[in-house]
Amino acid sequence: MAENTAEKIHDVRLEVNGVTHAVAVPARRLLSDALRQECGLTGTHVGCEHGVCGACTVLVDGRPVRSCLMFAVTAAGSEITTVEGLAEPDGSLNPAQQAFRECHGLQCGFCTPGFLTTVTAGIKENPCPTHEEAREMVAGNLCRCTGYQNIVKAVERAAEIARGDAPAAGPPDGDDGGLEAATGDTEVARKDDASTTGLGA
Amino acid sequence: MSTKLMGEAVQRVEDDRLLRGGGQYVDDIDLGALHLAVVRSPHAHARIRSIDVDAVLDIEGVHAVWTYDDLDGAMAEPLPLLIPHPTLTHGRTQYALARDEVNYVGEAIAVVVADDRYVAEDAVGRVVVDFELLPAVVGVEAARAAENLVHDDVPGNIAARSVQQNGDAEAGIKAAPHTLSLDFDIERSACMPMEGRGVTARWDTANGRLQVWTSTQTSTGVRAAVAAKLGLDLLQVDVITPDVGGGFGVKINHPWPEELLVSLAAQRLGRPVKFTEDRREHFISSAHERAQLHHVDVGFDDEGRLLGLDVRFWHDHGAYTPYGLIVPINASTQLVGPYKTGPYRVTFDSLYTNTVIVTPYRGAGRPQGCFVMERTMDAIAAYLGKDRADVREVNLIQPDEFPYDHGLVFQDGRETIYDSGDFAAMLEKIKTLVGWDDFESYRAEMAAQGRRVGIGLAAYVEGTGAGPYEGAHVNIESSGKVKVATGLTSQGQGHQTAFAQIVADELGVPFEDVEITTGDTRRMAYAVGTFASRAAVMSGSAIHLAAKRAKEKVLRLASDALEADPEDLQIVDGVVSVKGSPGTSINLGTVAVLSNPLRYAFDEASKAATQFSVGDASKPPVAEDDEPGLEGKDFYSPIRSTFASGMHAVIVETDPDTAEITILKYAVVHDCGTVINPMIVEGQIHGGVAQGIGGALYEKMAYDESGQLLNASFMDFLMPYVTEVPDSIDIDHLETPSPLNPLGIKGAGEAGVIPGSAAIAAAIEDAEGLPITAMPISPSELFELRAQHAVATTTPEENR
Repeated sequence: MAENTAEKIHDVRLEVNGVTHAVAVPARRLLSDALRQECGLTGTHVGCEHGVCGACTVLVDGRPVRSCLMFAVTAAGSEITTVEGLAEPDGSLNPAQQAFRECHGLQCGFCTPGFLTTVTAGIKENPCPTHEEAREMVAGNLCRCTGYQNIVKAVERAAEIARGDAPAAGPPDGDDGGLEAATGDTEVARKDDASTTGLGA
Repeated sequence: MSTKLMGEAVQRVEDDRLLRGGGQYVDDIDLGALHLAVVRSPHAHARIRSIDVDAVLDIEGVHAVWTYDDLDGAMAEPLPLLIPHPTLTHGRTQYALARDEVNYVGEAIAVVVADDRYVAEDAVGRVVVDFELLPAVVGVEAARAAENLVHDDVPGNIAARSVQQNGDAEAGIKAAPHTLSLDFDIERSACMPMEGRGVTARWDTANGRLQVWTSTQTSTGVRAAVAAKLGLDLLQVDVITPDVGGGFGVKINHPWPEELLVSLAAQRLGRPVKFTEDRREHFISSAHERAQLHHVDVGFDDEGRLLGLDVRFWHDHGAYTPYGLIVPINASTQLVGPYKTGPYRVTFDSLYTNTVIVTPYRGAGRPQGCFVMERTMDAIAAYLGKDRADVREVNLIQPDEFPYDHGLVFQDGRETIYDSGDFAAMLEKIKTLVGWDDFESYRAEMAAQGRRVGIGLAAYVEGTGAGPYEGAHVNIESSGKVKVATGLTSQGQGHQTAFAQIVADELGVPFEDVEITTGDTRRMAYAVGTFASRAAVMSGSAIHLAAKRAKEKVLRLASDALEADPEDLQIVDGVVSVKGSPGTSINLGTVAVLSNPLRYAFDEASKAATQFSVGDASKPPVAEDDEPGLEGKDFYSPIRSTFASGMHAVIVETDPDTAEITILKYAVVHDCGTVINPMIVEGQIHGGVAQGIGGALYEKMAYDESGQLLNASFMDFLMPYVTEVPDSIDIDHLETPSPLNPLGIKGAGEAGVIPGSAAIAAAIEDAEGLPITAMPISPSELFELRAQHAVATTTPEENR
């Protein structure tokens, strides 16, 4: 005989990436879980469930928020942006996404969505971060793969792209089928390969 | 015109997907699965008197609750001991669900399957277990003292005692003009990938097939284990490894209880079932590593040349030994580093404790060995009043001494024979890169400002690319696209990119046309796994060989079609042509059509093929020694591991008042043989260095005496943020190709972490003028060491 332990279910409208999701959730359901399961937006990752790692960071009304520390019901009425909503309207990568790709700012990619939302908001707030400010911008997010070296480079590069002082896009010789290879040195790869038209696009 | 991609910093094909939130990690796979949650032991050591699950099934949304009593057949037997070893005389493994005893906080006792994780966790809270508490054995010293036993039938808590020797170390030390006795202590840390463990399974009742998606470092290993435990034939089970959010070693251990229980639940309930580990569970029920105590006796001459080395160490193996002795064997054999040790003896005890199991974490015993050897080198230099680099130099294996046989048996059961390297050149490079010879003037300059700095260096050699084998399958489709499968898995190393570089080079096809699949037993059923820095060496070599086979077939068919000698053909950008006669050509896709004498033509490529004819009209359409399709399959199985090497140097500043430790400069010289993609290799080094810094300065598992892990969260386990890593890591490469594989590759995955603790300890010691023998070291520990040193040292100047 099943015990009637069913919780009260709340009907909530979540505005995510410009789309309205009508979801029915108990009050305790975390925003991170609602985004992943009810909305099917699995790009938001859960790394610790206690607000420390930052992998689940989404933008709530433009500000970075740990979605594992917010209930879904609390997010009703706010504009939520997840990693799936970061790309430009034409589908191209946004400056933060482009920069992480160019600078090899990701390896396993699990923490990456949290960095991308954080940096997207960060360079909007501070379009010209100093080196120290670039480090500070990502100082609340954990990454176990990259040692942060290329992530910091990516923050600076993202600001550069967003400001529009990026070097001309496109592979250097123009006819290598979009293959972005540099010669032997990641510095070169980072500076020359500003293209967004390359592999896997 | 194709250019060689080997050695190029090609941007990663993985990234676009991952940057858009399009990665598919195991918890992202939506099958409408039920959720499994685990009742875990709250005690480090206890007997289970009874388990009451009555309150659980009353909860709406709960489908099943199982304890050990609900398991049968092989599932009721202990988990496999994956890597037996003759010296592992008392190997023990846990049950998928504890039978009558628990041996660490976190051990699985029961599982609940429910509609969602929230309900499953509610139900877990309702399971009542009656325990009889037993005394917990925590830490190496308690295990060694053996006043209490972890397992009643394991005397002295000793799982294994191993002795290896090369020559008579005791005699060497006795005859030496100088000797030292040293003790070292390394604490526990853990891999801590950002994605924990996870598994999803689906049972197809109609066809009797099980599909398992798991966040593992070995799909084939999990497949074999699940099949064996569930009594299924191997061909009834597919294991697919989707995107994996980091591994660093912990995901090579298998099968985890959850991998078996989720599979069993899917089969029993006829519905998809998933388990997604939370962070606390990862701390208390996956695996840790590193903890060892070492005692060293060493003899040396006036130059610091080693004349005898005797190392005795005690390895904390946690509660069970599922992964055998890989970690302590690595520590014992890789301790020797780039040096000619003279007669060497190493003895270790692998000890049980009532704590989380110990299985490889990036470096896998090598950081401990490196720490001990390098601290010993520094101690010798301090004793003799010599430059620390000079003492290392006189002991280095010279370039003309390769292959160099240490006379030890490595973790793969093969000889520890170094295949290539140039350690002398490497030492020069690291000294230049860090500014070793100019450091005294920098120290004086800083001292004038009231600042305290120190410099240290450490060297390592890392056996990489352990066997037994990996394989690859290359399939050229009639579109000209090349689909490649290799069985080992990826956890962020950029395999799809690096392996595609190898294929594009060998086959002469555009990089974009190559697609690599890893870790899917449907595509490659024979594979071992991703560990021991072996993916590039093993699968890279196998892929190269398989591509070569495919190319041979391409050229054979194309030579027929073009009526030209295969020797005169070239493949450029996916087109086979006669050298010097570019008009005489055929696309790879067309060759693929010709390779398959199918009855039906259904696309443009088939039509294009009609102008060519291949094969001997007097033979059957598929000749006896041939097969249809344009494919190549091959395996690479090396005689032994290949040995990569490197040296790190660090400059630290220590605050004279607060004892805060800051890394001012971090320099790396690295030799992983032929580099496939320097961008990826440097990324691996960066990540390894950060983990090394974590292990040296921040990370430890804070167990209390009763075996409770007090810091089982990211709030309290101090993993480095960007604020804890230096602003830049200076890297210089050295390439001494391996003679053991066709591309000359050595592994690069683990290297960055290995010498971190050793180099940082050396730099702190140099700054402070007091011996650093235990890692990690926190500011408060350094503060305490200063106080002890001030009391103990009556004439402080002597020890400087």
